[in-house]
Amino acid sequence: MGVSLSLIHIVGICFFSVSVEQIKNLHKRFEQLSGNEETISRENLENIPALANNPIRRQIIGAFFDKRNQHQNEVGSFEEIGFEQFLMVMSHFRPPTLKTTEEERETMRKEKLRFLFNMHDTDNDGTITLEEYRKAVEELLSKSGAIGQEAAKAIADAAMLEVASTNVPHMAPDDFYEGITFEHFEQILKGLKKESRLGDQPLEGVVLVKECLCCCCF
Amino acid sequence: MAVLRLTRSSSGPRLTEFICVLLLVLVSVASASRDVVPGSNETWGNPARATQDDPHHQTNSTGHKKAFPVLSFHYEEVKKPLEISLWILLALLMKLGFHIIPRVSNVVPESCLLIFVGLLVGGIIKAIGGEAPGLDAKLFFYYLLPPIILDAGYFLPIRPFTENLGTILVFAVVGTLWNAFFIGGMMYGVVDLLSCLLFGSIISAVDPVAVLAVFEEIHINELLHILVFGESLLNDAVTVVLYHLFKEFAHAGTVTVADAFLGVVCFFVVSLGGIMVGAIYGILGAFTSRFTAHTRVIEPLFVFLYSYMAYLSAEVFHLSGIMSLIACGVVMRPYVEANISHKSYTTIKYFLKMWSSVSETLIFIFLGVSTVAGPHAWNWTFVIVTVILCLVSRVLGVIGLTYIINKFRIVKLTKKDQFIVAYGGLRGAIAFSLGFLLTDSDMKNLFLTAIITVIFFTVFVQGMTIRPLVELLAVKKKKESKGSINEEIHTQFLDHLLTGIEDICGHYGHHHWKDKLNRFNKAYVKRWLIRGERSTEPQLISFYNKMEMKQAMMLVESGSAAKLPTIVSSVSMQNIQTKGPARRRAIPSISKSREEEIRKILRANLQKTRQRLRSYSRHDLLIDPFEDVSEVRFRKQRVEMERRVSFNSDCDMSHYLTVPAKSQETPPVRKVCFESEHQIYTYDDSESPRGSAQASRPHPSSPDAVSLLDESPQRPSQRGALRTRGDAEVRAKAPDDKEEQDQLKLSRCLSDPGPKKDEEEDGSFLS
Repeated sequence: MGVSLSLIHIVGICFFSVSVEQIKNLHKRFEQLSGNEETISRENLENIPALANNPIRRQIIGAFFDKRNQHQNEVGSFEEIGFEQFLMVMSHFRPPTLKTTEEERETMRKEKLRFLFNMHDTDNDGTITLEEYRKAVEELLSKSGAIGQEAAKAIADAAMLEVASTNVPHMAPDDFYEGITFEHFEQILKGLKKESRLGDQPLEGVVLVKECLCCCCF
Repeated sequence: MAVLRLTRSSSGPRLTEFICVLLLVLVSVASASRDVVPGSNETWGNPARATQDDPHHQTNSTGHKKAFPVLSFHYEEVKKPLEISLWILLALLMKLGFHIIPRVSNVVPESCLLIFVGLLVGGIIKAIGGEAPGLDAKLFFYYLLPPIILDAGYFLPIRPFTENLGTILVFAVVGTLWNAFFIGGMMYGVVDLLSCLLFGSIISAVDPVAVLAVFEEIHINELLHILVFGESLLNDAVTVVLYHLFKEFAHAGTVTVADAFLGVVCFFVVSLGGIMVGAIYGILGAFTSRFTAHTRVIEPLFVFLYSYMAYLSAEVFHLSGIMSLIACGVVMRPYVEANISHKSYTTIKYFLKMWSSVSETLIFIFLGVSTVAGPHAWNWTFVIVTVILCLVSRVLGVIGLTYIINKFRIVKLTKKDQFIVAYGGLRGAIAFSLGFLLTDSDMKNLFLTAIITVIFFTVFVQGMTIRPLVELLAVKKKKESKGSINEEIHTQFLDHLLTGIEDICGHYGHHHWKDKLNRFNKAYVKRWLIRGERSTEPQLISFYNKMEMKQAMMLVESGSAAKLPTIVSSVSMQNIQTKGPARRRAIPSISKSREEEIRKILRANLQKTRQRLRSYSRHDLLIDPFEDVSEVRFRKQRVEMERRVSFNSDCDMSHYLTVPAKSQETPPVRKVCFESEHQIYTYDDSESPRGSAQASRPHPSSPDAVSLLDESPQRPSQRGALRTRGDAEVRAKAPDDKEEQDQLKLSRCLSDPGPKKDEEEDGSFLS
């Protein structure tokens, strides 16, 4: 464990621009989740009690096991992931520092959007189709009671229509809009202020509240 | 002749306005000079007034009998209300006048103009020899200030406020403390230390009224606005504590460590106590609003009264009244809005804006008048040093604090932001009133003069120059924001995502607690405070409903104005729906799926209505996307439509439906075909129970169908025709549906190649 940890230190510092402290804390958490094993499986993540109330739980867990988020041009999903992959996914949420340049910020932003996009695009065809979008909205509303199904469809349809009309304003009646491509996705979320929030407290908080990683939160 | 007419017309309004002003000024001056009682802080039911009548009766009954006075002048009896009304009228006419003269109001902010008018009026009164009414502190704190704060607090944008709460608190608390001690300390030598500190504490606080008045006109981006404004609101607690602390001890002469410690404790008590008082009243108000279903008319009054009670209750204990008011508004708002009728909501909004507007105007005018009226002790050095020190301490404070804050912020504050924050630290009437409340002494006049000078400097110089500076520095302005369903979906999505990541990390962060609070809110609080089934509606759905209503409303409005909505995109629902494999290509059942389609097309066209620029201005009745909708009207429509339309949109829209998005493309048809109505085709993969939906759906347009088709299919003229036919606006949306339905029906009659019987098809027929 010690050897792999130091290796990861190097990897982390070189590629993830995450500090040593943060990696140590994440490693502790990883060990907690995996029960001191080398890898964690989906069951380990599903057993986190706090996640039970989250409507998009499955998609979040799925994102951890998604090969696309490893940035190695692979597709498919893992059965189990090691600490490296865990860290890779977490690095999507690293906060920018004062030293981050404008282009680095742009890259990070794109990474985050790509992460979101992958969460929606389950069949990995490069577009979010109406079906996939509907599923996403349904999941979002899944914890909100019985209203879900029909309203979710209507909302997803309206949202899709909005994307199409913003990005491809003039479509003849016969044209067919296959789905939201990544560029369109970026376009519609341009105004989203929230996405700049991606990457704040999780990693920073881990640094600040090291002691919090005790058994009580597991 | 034309030239003459032109000049006359341009000077017309100015001339009338000038005459009005002159008249008003004369009357108010006359009324002011009759009696030297300043202000209007006495209660209305003044028993003394009753005794004024007695001398009249006595002189009539004793002595010989006079002739009965047919017409007499009893000015004294109505003096007070008349004076008040005249002042308010003057203020409002001034406000009106400024907007008629466009050039001036572009350069000079309204607050400056109002102070100037006050100076003018005060000067006239003094010249005539009467005594001008000053800005009485009680009047200010109990009548003029609460509406402004309530307006600000009730409509406080919660999300940016809570996101930046840390920064705001640091600026408000630490910044104000720094200002107070710096100024007070530097002034040491003029007077004794404690008085200096007292002065420092009065002058150090950023004033919400002035900030609002100036910032609303420059339309700055949301972050900066909320930073400066939030700071001005939250520093009230600090000001209250420091003010009372130093006031107490200015006489004692010394401050011990114990006193300082007590001061710190007092600060927490004042701020947290104020918030708690406000929250309690807020919950009470929300709870009361749950039962007002049958007495809608008095709903707004509950909101106003509970908030005012919160303010007064806090003032009783010398807690922070402003924070209490803000807390009350913030706590009350989500629940009250779910309970009250739409008309009450509009009433609350309009009244708050109206009152706060009047209050603000009056405050600035009175500031001007008091400047002329008040006793002054002009001391060049003191005043100049004060002004410079204020500026310096503000700049230093902001820079220093930002340096520390940026270590904890994600979105760092740039130098431009810092400059605007520093420059926007305006002082205003609160400082003046606090100074006014000091006990009489030589120093009081000295202080008052200095305070007035600082206020004038900040409001005039900084207020006037901030707009060109904002443009010069190219500070980001508030961008127009459309209600976008995608953004809403993804905001919620990200909320959940980040909460999930935090949970996986094992870190109880910002999102975790927010999520917990939301769940607690939903499970317990909403059930108690919100009436009916609204309590369980998820946010996304209510957002979506509101958007639909808004779009329907805009369509109705633009329809009745006979204007075409600008159709930006010709994308309609069929462009999105998948074609599906040939096996499953189905023939749409006319009744249901067509309406589904129509609905989508309607939506498509609805979305292209003009978006209006929304910039942050407190006094514009905000072009709230969800405003001005007759709720009853549209709920009825929606219920009707939902009954008709099944949301089973898994129906694959067949590709050969040539349904145009623009109705102009429809070929002019004159035929009516009704047979198709009875041919229903279903899909083999339909899942949801359609029988019930079908059966309960009456086809509403049959009686109108024939007459509709006689007109040309052009949409605007159709709407015009609908209008001329005297259809109430209530049905304006439904006829649109119907006309679309008919259009489609017809186009299908023409272009429909006929039903294709699939082997898996089971035809269920509707009668």
